[in-house]
Amino acid sequence: MKKDNSEILNDNLNIEIELLLEALYRKHGYDFRNYGKAHIKRRVLHRLAASGLNYVSDLQHKLIYDDNFLKLLLDDLSITVTEMFRDPDFYKAVRQEVFPILKTYPFFKIWHAGCATGQEVYSMAIMLQEEGLLDRAQIYATDFNNIALKKARDGIYPVDKIKEYTQNFQRAGGKSSFSDYYTARYDSVILDQSLKKNIVFADHNLVTDSVFAEVNMIVCRNVLIYFNKNLQERVFSLFEQSLIPGGYLCLGSKENLRFSNIFRNFEVENDKEKIYKKQYHTRTIKKNNV
Amino acid sequence: MFEAVVIGASAGGLNAFKTFLPKLEKNFSLPLMLVQHISPQSDNYMTTHLDKLCKIKVKEAEEKETIKKGTAYFSPPNFHMLIEEDKSISFSVENKVNYARPSIDVLFETASYAYKNKLIGIILTGANNDGAAGLKKIQELGGFTIVQDPEEAEVDTMPLSAIKIMKPDKILKLKEIADFLNKIHKNNKRIA
Ligand SMILES: C[S@@+](CC[C@H](N)C(=O)[O-])C[C@H]1O[C@@H](n2cnc3c(N)ncnc32)[C@H](O)[C@@H]1O
Repeated sequence: MKKDNSEILNDNLNIEIELLLEALYRKHGYDFRNYGKAHIKRRVLHRLAASGLNYVSDLQHKLIYDDNFLKLLLDDLSITVTEMFRDPDFYKAVRQEVFPILKTYPFFKIWHAGCATGQEVYSMAIMLQEEGLLDRAQIYATDFNNIALKKARDGIYPVDKIKEYTQNFQRAGGKSSFSDYYTARYDSVILDQSLKKNIVFADHNLVTDSVFAEVNMIVCRNVLIYFNKNLQERVFSLFEQSLIPGGYLCLGSKENLRFSNIFRNFEVENDKEKIYKKQYHTRTIKKNNV
Repeated sequence: MFEAVVIGASAGGLNAFKTFLPKLEKNFSLPLMLVQHISPQSDNYMTTHLDKLCKIKVKEAEEKETIKKGTAYFSPPNFHMLIEEDKSISFSVENKVNYARPSIDVLFETASYAYKNKLIGIILTGANNDGAAGLKKIQELGGFTIVQDPEEAEVDTMPLSAIKIMKPDKILKLKEIADFLNKIHKNNKRIA
């Protein structure tokens, strides 16, 4: 008895969640329908518990009639957790393997897709600065979460993170002293504002928006883990179109290009750090319909 | 017929896994998904070491990997491991849950939706209360729940925290857990 019942309840819940995502898309244009289901369910149930309502259907009503609710739900579904020099070995590899190539260009572009609150972008900017390359760089930092994007633009972070960031910076092979790059003020630190002189922060949705620049390097880390395979494939082909021949694609430590359609047009630059290089001669690939 | 096993451990967990995972029989007819609390910088020493000791395959789980029986999947450090209802693995970098990433609760909660009453959940030794709420969830969805005997556990906080908020179906020592799982395995093979 109990068993069958739990299965029925779960089916109902799944229907309600799908309808909620449909409403979110049709009312507000945010498309989460091809995100990983377990993550979505977990976050929706979290919002349900916090809102004190009984059914996910009640959330749907709120989403349609209460504009403030959108912000809450978007924040639940887009996990903006990040840090400076997350995975220090990745930054080390970029410095050693990618920067020497970027150096050969008088001018180059980098796109951080899903930059969250900006820590990853500033980490890259600091490294470029250390290598004397920042002036030659144009950096695009995009996310679809505008609250996160505003924090990214501000470049102000809680002071209690600094110890961790400093350790990461050192392990990433930072040459200078990390404290050169920020000023402490009360319980926050403000990053050196000159770091962002060549950074453009912009709202861009990887699911619904199209190619937005031709770039030498794309950094998209810990975003694709939230997408299902079809959506990953769509975004991969967006990335392929956005990269110049010989350009680099950098993914998060648990993300992999190997099983993707576009892999045949890339070579592995660094397997462990998930750095891929687009070949100079590429073949056109049949479009993948999502 | 059970379809999957999820296990969570913290302090003392590596020893516990070394004691009982090697006892599981070859061609084990269920998959196991495991969370061991571990420092974010750890390498894959634990999984390679356990893989050598065990008759079943032990590995670190990979993104979108399809879950196969006879394999033990450990969550990588610094990611939450989630089980999808299509029986594959996904990850999240969301904030720590119960001060932990990977968190046992996240694994148990998502696995309980994926496997419902076909799931066995096990809490082992540990010095915090991660996993207690997840084990309760497994029980609510009709799954079978086991807690390591707090007397035997290297650190008894985690088993005791679970027992405090729910009534597990069994409280067992490591050797008994292995025997129990092997029995389930034989039973599965008989039915199949
Ligand atoms: C976990 S953070 C990753 C931050 C950073 N790249 C890192 O690895 O530390 C994931 C980010 O992806 C963003 N994101 C999720 N879906 C997106 C989409 N469809 N378009 C653009 N950004 C998206 C979220 O808003 C969030 O800021």
